[in-house]
Amino acid sequence: MRYKRDPKIIRKVIGNDVQFILGDMACVYGGILAGCSFFGGYPITPASEVAEGMARLMPRVGGTYLQMEDEIGSIAAVIGASWGGAKSMTATSGPGFSLMMENYGFAMMTETPCVLVNVQRTGPSTGQPTLGAQGDMMQCRWGSHGDFQAIALAPSTVQECLDFTVQAFNYAEKYRNPVCVMTDGEMGHLRERVVIPDEKKLKLVNRVEATIDKDKYIPFTKSQTRDSKVPDFPTFGTGYHTYVTGLTHNEKGFPATDKQKDHEKLVKRLVEKITDDNLVDIEKMNLDDADTVFVTYGASARPAETAMDIARKDGKKVGLLRLKLVWPFPEQVVNKLAKDVDKIIVPEMNLGQIVHSVKEAANGNCEVISAPKIGGEMHLPQELMKYLGGK
Amino acid sequence: MIEVKEDWCKGCNMCIERCPVDALEESDTINKRGVRPPQLKKDNECNYCRLCELICPDFAITVLPEEKKDVKKNLLRSPVGGKIR
Amino acid sequence: MIEIRTAKELNKKYIREEMWPTIFCNGCGHGVVLEYTFWALEELNWDMDEVVFASGIGCSSRLPGYINADGLHTTHGRAIAFATGIKAANPDLKLIVFTGDGDCSGIGGNHFIHAARRNIDVTVIMINNFIYGMTGGQLAPTAPLGSIATTAPYGNIEPPFDICNLAKALGANYVARWTVTHPYQPIKSLKTAMKKKGFSLVEFMAPCPTAYGRRNKLGDIKKQWEWYDKNTILIEDYDRIMNYGSEKEKEEIKHKFPIGVFQDIDKPGFFGEYKKLVGRVMGKQDKSSKIVKKKAVRTK
Repeated sequence: MRYKRDPKIIRKVIGNDVQFILGDMACVYGGILAGCSFFGGYPITPASEVAEGMARLMPRVGGTYLQMEDEIGSIAAVIGASWGGAKSMTATSGPGFSLMMENYGFAMMTETPCVLVNVQRTGPSTGQPTLGAQGDMMQCRWGSHGDFQAIALAPSTVQECLDFTVQAFNYAEKYRNPVCVMTDGEMGHLRERVVIPDEKKLKLVNRVEATIDKDKYIPFTKSQTRDSKVPDFPTFGTGYHTYVTGLTHNEKGFPATDKQKDHEKLVKRLVEKITDDNLVDIEKMNLDDADTVFVTYGASARPAETAMDIARKDGKKVGLLRLKLVWPFPEQVVNKLAKDVDKIIVPEMNLGQIVHSVKEAANGNCEVISAPKIGGEMHLPQELMKYLGGK
Repeated sequence: MIEVKEDWCKGCNMCIERCPVDALEESDTINKRGVRPPQLKKDNECNYCRLCELICPDFAITVLPEEKKDVKKNLLRSPVGGKIR
Repeated sequence: MIEIRTAKELNKKYIREEMWPTIFCNGCGHGVVLEYTFWALEELNWDMDEVVFASGIGCSSRLPGYINADGLHTTHGRAIAFATGIKAANPDLKLIVFTGDGDCSGIGGNHFIHAARRNIDVTVIMINNFIYGMTGGQLAPTAPLGSIATTAPYGNIEPPFDICNLAKALGANYVARWTVTHPYQPIKSLKTAMKKKGFSLVEFMAPCPTAYGRRNKLGDIKKQWEWYDKNTILIEDYDRIMNYGSEKEKEEIKHKFPIGVFQDIDKPGFFGEYKKLVGRVMGKQDKSSKIVKKKAVRTK
């Protein structure tokens, strides 16, 4: 018997419409609102609270919570549950994210929808478990071996932790891809006021399951029922007898490991199904007359906004471009912005990762400066003011 | 009576080795893989035990009953014997 | 007319014809295990729409590709973790995992241990050929002392892994080991393993003429299959001789592998217990909400 999302039970379990909760708990609420019915996790600071919240709430909505033996087992169970028909997610941090890389690539290759919440912490290796960072941004794009296209969101407030988790499920179901929600230790352990979205305002996307005649169904090709490069999903148990493999496969799903054309066709489709749609999700602040712009994401956007406000009071023309959807990177937006401004500053809680994509997109049209800060502390607005020239 | 899917046979010869009444031998035809599939000997004592059918790694051999010979009922229904519930 | 089920009919029902003939070598034991699985499934008369096969990487893990049912060919060693997820999402599905000796006891050891401990409702069919066959013949954790492999060219000095005893210690519901050379016991054993709730492990000792047999000079295919007959002994006989036999008898059988059914118990399966937990929690929820409603009425 598969899980059926019941809005009444979900509302009863989540409780009041306005709450004061941890960022990690907001991810839990986001998952449950989206209809998640399987969570496979493993304890790791600072993401343990997601697992604990799920352990309390999943049985109450009729879903399944499993604490697996390690992170590799967690992501494996999440992918398996997705094929069994459930919306599934897991939550981890840096060391666990590194362990999950092989199966992250497997989910890409087999076009499995699932959500990974990465509550980033300082690295490399064990680093500072209780302090936040943004050092995995390149890893979620390039971490697994081979060629693929990643989708990653970076929330800046606890409300966004909830909203972006729901959005992550929507992207995952629409594109049949794993999606990362890149929060960080600061956001994960911060308590803020959160408004639970009303059922009518909540927009949910569910995977398109295969319904056509079994003899005509072809599993790994463009959809046969609509105009999309994403094939219809043949859930296990519905009689389609699909063979799903991580090996390079032809359209019917059978291994084709010695054929160059099959591999090229498959991997290009896996990338193009996302890049064709030119996904962009950004927030623009004061960009119309700006000559210096902060391009930032996640927790670093908060001090950057304060720095922008202070600079504006001093008369400096400063703007902010906040990336909500970090991957696929909005190249065209940044390219256009670079032509209009003199300087772009990229504050990040790492030694400079997204700044490389910004430089590439800017293409020499303006100066791009990296504003790194590592060690587990967020930037102070005063520190960012120094990059603006002057005090 | 046996029926052999000649192109599926890989020529491991385990059916010939394991037959308890020594009823099989290599045939003269060579299949696509370059091996000789089995065939029943001219004077064979096949008792329909179906061991060759059960042990073939490639599902290439089938034992079919002949109506003239007298064969035990349960050997035909289920290869592992016993009642089917 | 008496109803007959022959290999020809099983072919049509269970096999993906376009994938055959198989990639397995001449004399390989994997095809035989597949055959036994089909006969067991036929006896059980399960609906193939509800059966899902999962596998890792290796020769044994190519088996789901030949079966006309939903199959998940996953990463090396993780098949059991994937199977846990599939079962959690839809507990009505019946899971069968094909895995090899390296896949299950080497890289996948941790997942195997915890699935057996939790008693996850899955049937694991482990095909043990003492070597990593698909990648060319490297040493496997189950290889006997002194055997030769490409990564152990001077002989193996590591003691071998006995996975059936490990599963027995973890409390798995059904543990058995058979060779592929005789059909009747394995087919009956597979039937019992698949019907049982909870974790079942059936280990098959299969010959690998190309990688293991050739390097260890076991002879041609006929001699290799006979090696399994000569070097295995039923576990009841083994225990009897080791406990009560004479020294001479013990010497004769000491090196042989015990085969048979190691454990057959009936602990409750994991997902049955989880369903009870959910029922308990959701039932309490309903009661507590009634209390809340009563309070709301009074405050008015």
